[in-house]
Amino acid sequence: MITENNVGIVETKFYTIEDKIKFDSGVEFGPITVAYETYGKLNEDGSNAILVIHALTGDAHAAGYHSENDRKPGWWDTIIGPNKAFDTNKYFVICSNILGGCSGTTGPSSINPETGKPYGLSFPVFTIEDTVKVKKKLLDYLGIKKLYAVAGGSMGGMQAMQFVISYPDYVTSAILIATTSRLSPQAIAFNAVGRNSIISDPNWNNGDYYDKQEKPDRGLSTARMVGHITYLCEEAMYNKFGRRLQDKDHYDFNFDVDFQVESYLQHQGQIFVDRFDANSYLYITKAVDYFDPANKYGSLQNAFKDTDAKFLIMSFDTDWLFPSSQSKEVVNTLMQLGKDVSYCEIKSPCGHDAFLLEYEVQEKIIKSFLNTHIKGEENE
Amino acid sequence: MNNHYATSKGLHLNYSIINDMIEQNARVLDLGCGNGTLLKLLKDNKHINGNGIEISQTEVIQCLEKGLSVIQGDIDEGLKQFPDKCYDYVILNQTLQSAQNPHYVMEEMLRVGKKCIVSFPNFAYWRVRCNFFFTGNMPKSKVLPFEWYDTPNIHLLTIKDFFEYAKKNNITILEGIYTTRATIRKGIQYSKFSNIFAEEAIFVISRD
Repeated sequence: MITENNVGIVETKFYTIEDKIKFDSGVEFGPITVAYETYGKLNEDGSNAILVIHALTGDAHAAGYHSENDRKPGWWDTIIGPNKAFDTNKYFVICSNILGGCSGTTGPSSINPETGKPYGLSFPVFTIEDTVKVKKKLLDYLGIKKLYAVAGGSMGGMQAMQFVISYPDYVTSAILIATTSRLSPQAIAFNAVGRNSIISDPNWNNGDYYDKQEKPDRGLSTARMVGHITYLCEEAMYNKFGRRLQDKDHYDFNFDVDFQVESYLQHQGQIFVDRFDANSYLYITKAVDYFDPANKYGSLQNAFKDTDAKFLIMSFDTDWLFPSSQSKEVVNTLMQLGKDVSYCEIKSPCGHDAFLLEYEVQEKIIKSFLNTHIKGEENE
Repeated sequence: MNNHYATSKGLHLNYSIINDMIEQNARVLDLGCGNGTLLKLLKDNKHINGNGIEISQTEVIQCLEKGLSVIQGDIDEGLKQFPDKCYDYVILNQTLQSAQNPHYVMEEMLRVGKKCIVSFPNFAYWRVRCNFFFTGNMPKSKVLPFEWYDTPNIHLLTIKDFFEYAKKNNITILEGIYTTRATIRKGIQYSKFSNIFAEEAIFVISRD
């Protein structure tokens, strides 16, 4: 199971930010514990660090295995490891769980030290900018003077983008994959349906369910089903399921699962409730919906004007959740500002999911991008 | 898009001519930059600050492998993202004849570039003329190897056409270079001789 081309057995570590952090909403919040993992070694001048940022429901476990018996490696193991795109022989790779998450970093399911009970809805609403403030504190603690690269896909890409905006002098290069500088109303609508299904589950109980026997599992699994529809595309659905029936050759004339696509969504919903918290889903999707640097900084140009980072932006032609047109908007803004930017629209039949599935082509592109970058620095 | 024009000895000559035209440290945009061979050459020799635009994913990746900054895009959609005169040079190398809307592409590049370098195969080259005259088929040659039904070269032109176009559209021709295999002729006035004997033309143009 543990192959040679892998970072091997890794461990999630924790760092607690004792000072309160001022959130976008004005609320000051703390302490915050951050779950993180690191791969590779930080070099002497602290210049080889790469921050990779997970998507909506990911975690700090980006590469390697947690134990000998672990069945699945970290979520981006395909491109983090020795001689992979994020080459752990060369780079010090860091990944942390998002603020408000439920995989080790403080979130609504964490215990409020003041009350001894889970925060639930007393957890403050936060923004993508707030999540980035937390990540920066972690990097300071790890002794990183400047990031060699920040990289992320989907919501991770938004955070990577915000990182460059918030700390323009701190980032040498940014890799933004299948992401956007603001959600379309259509994408917000799907998030709203997801949140609604959680809120309308009677077991949700205004976010106060942690000590109850019954959790808002139905609401959360329906939210996940909606999410999975948006991660695929028409072509991907035809390829994966077509109109094929699940373990049967005729309709059952009832409301159980008939089609493979139904079975897939149901399965995705069911396994999701075992690893994710309903309140975290509400908070994080809200942060994603609020993300809009053009609005916050007056214009996208204004948001990016201070950075000298080199950008690599990738989108997928069948991704309708964060379509190429939204990536191109960012590319065009950066071009207008005279920034160094490369952009590739990757052909894929996989929709938004392509970000994690089409790793071979991404690996090639990221590797080239990071390599030249190093050479460029040596020339200076 | 450079692939639309078959590789031949002439193409390397074309690169070295363009290389000689560009000053050190210039800011250069290569439209339809293909696999980035020219941009890489200019980066190595002239230390240019260069960008490429290329429509093919495969070639975009080849550019990235060379360490170039490249945007995947369709030049027929224009250069709206670029402010006026933001590049010292905009290059349209062997791509004009395969643009959907060459007039729009020319207007956009003249807006964005202080100077522009345009090259194209001369359709009035004597071999092309003979080929057409004697066979009665759409001409094919080493540099134009495609069948009429699958050619990307949909807007073929001659040196004479280009001079007339420049005059009509208030374009200043700063330099004209006419090549045939290894021979090079220069001139900013139209010459019938070049229109017959040049296989390819390279112009440096501008509009104030």
